[in-house]
Amino acid sequence: MMRLRRSHLICCAASKEKMAAHLSYGRVNLNILREAARKELREFLDKCAGSKAIVWDEYLTGPFGLIAQYSLLKEHEVEKMFTLKNGRLPPADVKNIIFFVRPRLELMDIIADNITSEDRHHSSRDFHILFVPRRSMLCEQRLKEQGVLASFINIDEYILDLIPYDGDLLSMEYESAFRECYLENDQTSLYHTAKGLMTLQALYGTIPQIYGKGECARLVANMMLRMKREFAGSQNQILPVFDTLLLLDRNVDLLTPLATQLTYEGLIDEIYGISNGYVKLPPEKFAQKKQGEGSKDLPTEPKKLQLNSAEELYAEIRDKNFNAVGAALSKKAKIISAAFEERHNAKTVGEIKQFVSQLPHMQAARSSLANHTSIAELIKDITSAYIIQCFPIKSHYVNTYIEDCIAQKDPLIKILRLVCMQSVCNNGLKHKVMDYYKREILQTYGYEHILTLNNLEKAGLLKPQTGSRNNYPTIRKTLKLWMEDANEQNPNDISYVYSGYSPLSIRLTQILARPGWRSIEEVLKMLPGPHFEERQQLPSGLHKKRQQGENRTTLVFFLGGVTYAEIAALRFLSQVEDSGMEYVIATTKLINGTTWIKSLMDRPESPTQ
Amino acid sequence: MTSCDAGCVLPANSFLPFCVDNLNKESLTLYVQMIKSKVDEEDYWHSSKFKAFTFDDEDDELSRLKESRQAVNNIRRLVEEDDDEDDVERVSWSGEPVGSISWSVKETAASSQRADREPAFPKISTDTPSISRSQSGYSLSSLFKGKPKVGNFQTFSDALTDSSVRLYAPELRKPKSEYKDYVSDWSPEETVQRLQQGKAVSLERFRTLQDKLLLLDHAIAAHDGNVITAVLIYLKRTLCKEVLFRELESRQTALRHFIHYLSETQNQRLLLELHRALGRAEDAALLQYKEHLSITDENKRRDFLKNCLSLPFSAEDLAHVQDHYTLLERQIIIEVTDRQAERGGKVEIFQKFPRKALILNMPLITTLYYCCFYHYAESEGTFSSPLNIRQTFKISEKQYFVTALAARAKLKAWLDVDALFASRNWLGFTRKKSPLSFQRVVDILQKNSAPTHVLQDYVALVDDGELRLTLAQKHKCHDIVISTYRDMKDRQLLLGYRGKVVRGSAEERKIDDLLSNPQIRWKN
Repeated sequence: MMRLRRSHLICCAASKEKMAAHLSYGRVNLNILREAARKELREFLDKCAGSKAIVWDEYLTGPFGLIAQYSLLKEHEVEKMFTLKNGRLPPADVKNIIFFVRPRLELMDIIADNITSEDRHHSSRDFHILFVPRRSMLCEQRLKEQGVLASFINIDEYILDLIPYDGDLLSMEYESAFRECYLENDQTSLYHTAKGLMTLQALYGTIPQIYGKGECARLVANMMLRMKREFAGSQNQILPVFDTLLLLDRNVDLLTPLATQLTYEGLIDEIYGISNGYVKLPPEKFAQKKQGEGSKDLPTEPKKLQLNSAEELYAEIRDKNFNAVGAALSKKAKIISAAFEERHNAKTVGEIKQFVSQLPHMQAARSSLANHTSIAELIKDITSAYIIQCFPIKSHYVNTYIEDCIAQKDPLIKILRLVCMQSVCNNGLKHKVMDYYKREILQTYGYEHILTLNNLEKAGLLKPQTGSRNNYPTIRKTLKLWMEDANEQNPNDISYVYSGYSPLSIRLTQILARPGWRSIEEVLKMLPGPHFEERQQLPSGLHKKRQQGENRTTLVFFLGGVTYAEIAALRFLSQVEDSGMEYVIATTKLINGTTWIKSLMDRPESPTQ
Repeated sequence: MTSCDAGCVLPANSFLPFCVDNLNKESLTLYVQMIKSKVDEEDYWHSSKFKAFTFDDEDDELSRLKESRQAVNNIRRLVEEDDDEDDVERVSWSGEPVGSISWSVKETAASSQRADREPAFPKISTDTPSISRSQSGYSLSSLFKGKPKVGNFQTFSDALTDSSVRLYAPELRKPKSEYKDYVSDWSPEETVQRLQQGKAVSLERFRTLQDKLLLLDHAIAAHDGNVITAVLIYLKRTLCKEVLFRELESRQTALRHFIHYLSETQNQRLLLELHRALGRAEDAALLQYKEHLSITDENKRRDFLKNCLSLPFSAEDLAHVQDHYTLLERQIIIEVTDRQAERGGKVEIFQKFPRKALILNMPLITTLYYCCFYHYAESEGTFSSPLNIRQTFKISEKQYFVTALAARAKLKAWLDVDALFASRNWLGFTRKKSPLSFQRVVDILQKNSAPTHVLQDYVALVDDGELRLTLAQKHKCHDIVISTYRDMKDRQLLLGYRGKVVRGSAEERKIDDLLSNPQIRWKN
């Protein structure tokens, strides 16, 4: 049997697919994880011998796009691909039909419909289902009820727990994780998290230290330790890449996602929504007008752009406060203009050749600059109506402000973010205030939102004040959450990501690295859920001999979601010269206040604004 | 916190247009200015050291963006020839890299519509040896799950000789329990593990209640919702309701999963029974109420809501559900009447402004707006009278005011608008009063294209001098601007403003009169 060494393999992969190269630039080579996922996909495809057509649950094409391209599927005899929808399957002269689906009941009904409308005499195609990320008894039962379960030759699962999004970022894109954990008390997502972390350890070595804060964090750590025991007797011989794992519950810091992220990437996500590394933008600013063509047919389809660190300029500006982006862009513009001016200096054939060889790179830089200038202009036009900040303000001003926002029918989600924010900061709302808000919201946006308000209460985002003491001011002061004079241009503290408010989650991470959580025992007790530390034994010989000045690596796992601004704050901490710590970030879902609140609503409004 | 209850939040931007559409740069500037004056005058911020996020240094920042825009455009001219090739990878307009999965789904589907028979892509010869690509490297399934069940039965010793497995992830070799594949007498713990691995296992051997509960507890301990659900389905089939409900009560996690299972499978009846048995009356009530969302016929929905009124809601929720019912009932009546009026063609307003959508199932405030638009003058006795609606649903003064103002302004019924303010004024004609700041009023009016002479009255009532001036300039209320400059004794500004008014107009004459007035002591 021929086997390639790992380094060789990665190297081939990187040269073959440019798209994923950025995954290996970081402290930890996340391409290994991607390669493992691709390998498994190939194996599944080869199990269904012969030509194939894939029927896609459309939602999955996004995450799968981060793992593979069509060329990989084609190599394994995938000849057609369709989107899953009711009715008869489109004709395709293939031996196998494979459904790639999430385990959802409504999708099972569509599959059943596809199969029952199949012409049995004519067709002798084999059916398969690949559940992503896991099979589900419930779904199989539904297929059985519909009388089609027996039509499947093969029912399998493709464990796509942690998907690499960037060189330092992994997400499960498990949309309902927060809702399930805190509203429905369903811990399935935690089980997937634990499994994902086991996979990660299988590839990157056992993580010797585990810290955690929160109920869910405790559960995940317990499951990991138990899974490890189940594999007792064999030892992982890989030199650990991560020194520490920090598990953080989202409900330890409910406040942060409610505020508007003020980094460049954060604002793009808040306003346009980044999905699987892509953003869709209004097309007008991107139309390329050629000379003499005038402004005939402007495109109406949204412009879709990929956003990740493979793009040099984006990597540079994504984590900056938006107010620092203009300066960065104009600096870049000068550099690029100067580079193009060089052509006048090219006199000899050699110099001209040199210039020409640079040209593709320069043009890529030019087009990148054009795109981000357009995006920055778009964001500027949206203006402050959008922005929700977290600051100390007299509560009657807050009340009036929220009342005004309701009166002018601002989007419901904005109102909910504001009301929840006030509640979280004050350890609940006064009964009178809460009743008033509820009434105004129901009158203005519809009575059916009783259900949503109830959900917010269950999740702890909205609650009436009880007699108990409000700990928030103590927490805020001890952790220095509100920083005056935040420096947006040249930040010296993580608070720059929200222009003066530091995310509590990241402050906890920062303090854990130095001076350690013992210094904030009191505050930790005020925050919900237990905090803990566990150690995993390493086989002798795997203990790292640390070089002088070598950084440590921490994997921070956000259970229930993380925002781009929090990620930016962690990247900032990685870059601080003497921090001695580098961070890799993992989460159940990349969120912003809007998507987060939406996941808690019982009847999400149509995506307006 | 001392004087202030740690409020949260943000700039009070009470300057937004009524319908939030694109704010232009002008109103952005206004917004920033308003914040500044608030800080000065009203101690708006707890501590003025906290900056509100604004798009700072307006001009500076903007000019910087302009710089890069300019550079981009210049270079484009330079390299226009090659413009189409500037991207390294090919990207379709919608941004999907050509060859990505989502792009290919569209492509292959489209091609199959074009030519049914012909495969869209050259068929790869099945002779191609596929061994090398699947056997090199490592994969999650071989490491993590053991070998997949399809294909040969790989034994444990195989796995041991598999050097890559040892190299990369010895820790995740098969757990010991998997040797016993042929033994069928699984312990509860082993059964749960097999379920987690998606292997066939029979639950039938768990016959006694005690065994079943043990199995359930092991499933709960595994935290795998899929397994918990599988066990619950078995218990539901083999236990009577009362016993099952009783046992679930002491197992909250399993209970939640059971509820989730029932609602996913839309087993409403059992779900309600469960809630009742557990004394979770309010949850049950809300759950039932939620069903109204799936009823499309308005009359059926109304009747359903009426039935909901007897459910055990909390007092507070009950009041809201009652309002919901009352509102829909009313909307149905209004809809019937107005449809007739519209068809009859005799009521002018319906002819002039045909209705664009049904009022059914709209929120209360939208309904109020509708009634202020079509039924403003009706006496308080009718169902569609705005005053009646206001009273029945106890709508706050401010909400009522904003809504009525917007509706009447939309119709350009300036007299009605005027009357809205006058009615608040019980001390005679001294002053217009409003529960709404006057800049908001101006904004609402302006959005509905109120003429200058109307706007002027309200701009004049804005308290904040600086803001008033800005508004006056924006909306060309010359009189206000002129008299403000006069009061400021600022000759320069007044001279400057002279250039902005129409030549030979009354305003220009007014400015000239002031400038030549010897009694004013100009400061410059």
